[in-house]
Amino acid sequence: MHSSNVFLQQIANGITIGMIYALIALGYTLVYGILQLINFAHGEIFMVGAYLGLFVYTLSQTVSGNLAATPLTISIIVLAMIGTAALGVTIERFAYRPLRNSPRLAPLITAIGISFLLQNAVMLIFGPSDKNFPQIIKSQNYSWGNVAFTNLQILIALTSILLMVVLNAFIKNSKLGKAMRALADDPKAASLVGINPDQIISIAFLIGSGLAGAGGVMFGMYYNTINFHDGYLVGLKAFTAAVLGGIGNVPGAMLGGLLIGILESLGAGYLSSEWKNVFAFFILFLILLLRPSGLLGSRVVKKV
Amino acid sequence: MKKRTGDPTEKKKFHKVRAPNKSVIPEYFYRESIDSRSKRAGMTRVLLGALKSSSASLPESFKISLLLVAIFTLPFFDKNPYHIDIMVTAGIFMLLASGLNVIVGFAGILNLGYAAFYAMGAYTYALVNLHLGVPFWAGLWVSGFVTALFGILLALPAFRLSGDYLAIVTLGFGEIVRITLNNLDRITGGPNGLLGIQHPALHFSSYQYQFGVRSEPYYFLVFSLVVIVVFFLKRLESSRLGRAWVAIREDELAASCMGVDLGWAKLSAFGIGGFIAGIAGCVFAAKQGTVSPDSFDFVVSVMILAMVVLGGLGNIWGALLGALMLSLLPEFLRGFDIYRMLFFGIAMILIMLLRPQGILGERRHKEEFHSQSSR
Amino acid sequence: MKKESKLADFTILSLKNVTKRFGGVTAVDDVSFSIHSGKVVSLIGPNGAGKTTLFNCITGMAYSETGSIYFMDTLLNRLSPYQITGKGIARTFQTIRLFKHMTVLENVLVGAHSITRGNLLNALLAPRWLKTEEKRVRTHANQLLEFFGLSGKSHMLAHNLSYGHQKKLEIARALAANPKLLLLDEPAAGMNAKEKEELLKLICSIRDRGVTILLIEHDMKVVMPISNHVVVLDYGKKIAEGTPKEIQNHPQVIEAYLGKRNA
Repeated sequence: MHSSNVFLQQIANGITIGMIYALIALGYTLVYGILQLINFAHGEIFMVGAYLGLFVYTLSQTVSGNLAATPLTISIIVLAMIGTAALGVTIERFAYRPLRNSPRLAPLITAIGISFLLQNAVMLIFGPSDKNFPQIIKSQNYSWGNVAFTNLQILIALTSILLMVVLNAFIKNSKLGKAMRALADDPKAASLVGINPDQIISIAFLIGSGLAGAGGVMFGMYYNTINFHDGYLVGLKAFTAAVLGGIGNVPGAMLGGLLIGILESLGAGYLSSEWKNVFAFFILFLILLLRPSGLLGSRVVKKV
Repeated sequence: MKKRTGDPTEKKKFHKVRAPNKSVIPEYFYRESIDSRSKRAGMTRVLLGALKSSSASLPESFKISLLLVAIFTLPFFDKNPYHIDIMVTAGIFMLLASGLNVIVGFAGILNLGYAAFYAMGAYTYALVNLHLGVPFWAGLWVSGFVTALFGILLALPAFRLSGDYLAIVTLGFGEIVRITLNNLDRITGGPNGLLGIQHPALHFSSYQYQFGVRSEPYYFLVFSLVVIVVFFLKRLESSRLGRAWVAIREDELAASCMGVDLGWAKLSAFGIGGFIAGIAGCVFAAKQGTVSPDSFDFVVSVMILAMVVLGGLGNIWGALLGALMLSLLPEFLRGFDIYRMLFFGIAMILIMLLRPQGILGERRHKEEFHSQSSR
Repeated sequence: MKKESKLADFTILSLKNVTKRFGGVTAVDDVSFSIHSGKVVSLIGPNGAGKTTLFNCITGMAYSETGSIYFMDTLLNRLSPYQITGKGIARTFQTIRLFKHMTVLENVLVGAHSITRGNLLNALLAPRWLKTEEKRVRTHANQLLEFFGLSGKSHMLAHNLSYGHQKKLEIARALAANPKLLLLDEPAAGMNAKEKEELLKLICSIRDRGVTILLIEHDMKVVMPISNHVVVLDYGKKIAEGTPKEIQNHPQVIEAYLGKRNA
């Protein structure tokens, strides 16, 4: 009975971090679906989101030390999202868009350059050491059966689910959302029906980066320390999640995020934490060997 | 392995050197020069001879000769050991960039985990040297072939996966190798790595030269290897296989309809790319005397890729230039120290915005140049 | 123009009950016909009739679910494209698929890949025969370019050629493999009348050299004069087969074209 406790507990923990991975994975998948670009800088956007959150919090504390936790948290998340969304759109506009007709690898190198830029800019501004991220919300423990969880975990899960539901609705029902799907499916046809690719691509970056920002803040609140190097590792795992779900596939990214989170948590619980990171890669490797289109993905077919 | 002495008045004289430790420089690569015994002069002569017999136009072989002279006399003009050391690193990256260029530039297969091959070469030499006492020169071949094999194994998924997926596989592979090296303590020494690797030693009949920690001999070694590698890559580029690679890069399906065996071509690309990374790793290990996983992380893979793209994808000289630039750039920025990597990132972004096809452009067209604009 | 080839007459390609499905769509439905060596055979039919799909099945770019495709005595069904090319079949594409950033000459050299010797090891070690071989292939390629009137452009990048020249280069590239059977997918598409005249002459010359030609075409002015035999597809099924004259007056064929009013 004890072992099932650990098992379920790990799953619960895994779901929490999995939600965050899912949010970030969505950014990768949205951009890849439309541009076939692996946005290497996306992980740094997540990291910037975390630092923005910290910054806003610090600012808020100078105003008043006694602000209500929940509204404060929500405000921080929203502000961080706005910040990262703006950053993402700016990057697309000035670094990726000019290269749209360039050799396939050029934007990849640019993305890597941006990754370096962001990492080092943050390091220079905030310092290289780990930064303490406040939990903001006072911890309250709950338990369900033999599984313990905190209100923070619930918050993360709810916020993430809310964001993902809104995103899904947006993509399915709104005009812009449909335009995004059209552009991802067939760029030529999309432009023929009057869809402006520039606008849609900007929106994809806007949404993806915003979600990553939210993920960043929640990541900070959950782990309580952030470092400028976090973007790389988390980014890579989120990317794995996107591929696992089927890159370009939105529900897939969500599913993939959760799975990676759960698998990682189980791995940390049962194996050593060092192999925890390898786990994600082994999974990635296996998927690509056995089912490269991912769990929910479809198009690996080459058109003749 | 017989020692063939010939008539000194013979025009071509092949003389295999057989050292006590079984140096294995194959016969047709080594032509004893009549005046100087130094490896350097010998190599230059071989190359010039080959160039003249190849189809390279006269001005081109002149330019190349000039370049060779410049490279090989540099340490005599700039004796600063720090500079020479940087050039050695640059040389190793020139090898790496050239190798990756075969996979990414010639065959058009994106490889995001090339550092794993580099690591493979380094650790292979480290292990065979430490456990089996294999000397450097033999180690070069062992590292080369083992890594080539490794590369071929990694290429097997290449058959079924389209470009981007394959890229991700290579990425994952690179990480898996690094983490495995980090964790397989008993074999690889874990995070501390392996120590006490032998430096190279040269044996000419009774004369022996032991490489130590001074950078000069490594400089000549590395650049000799670069010259050799470039020589063979140029041959490949203008061969049937080289054409097949470019065709694959342009339009894989059409290429296969022209009779190109895609699988074999891709395997070859990974094999060659692997071999070159192997020898680069071996040189690195022999020079450092130690290997540890830190030297082979994703950032290194990315750097090598950036070198290839910056110089011009598929362009042999481009890869060399890119490697040189990205190796030296951090040094020029050393004055700014903490801002170094920041400027590095900015530089990458700017170069891509200004010249996305790379500085020397993709694929050298001896004939036509005016369509070198965007792809 | 419709000369008979002097070669021995045998069945060079034979399709039996070939079917190809894509999900719910049956692109090729139980098609059977044979081609005799040295002939020019045209495959016609309205758009979407499955002609290109059939080409893909023959050349290994698609695998037919049922049926067999025999090239002389060899079963082609599960072979990959490069193997089929090696057996002596070459093709052009409906949408031009030249190697855009390679020169005209290089395109043809790649076309000759299956008849050129030299593998990885040879390339590295450069044995003496390699130089001779390369020279041979280049001469062969240059001769082809001359035949197609592209000699002056041999060092131009393929994507800088005019459309008409690109079409010619595609054919030249296919011929570089010295195929016994040449598959042309809409070679006359986008050409003006003069270019079509030239194309007719070209196809005849190729046929006169002993190459069997199977071509997909929409323009009857191209099909009728040069074809020895015509096969008609509609909705994936073969609806008629015969000499051009027979096909012209075939009621089902007329209905298929008139009834749809496309192409």
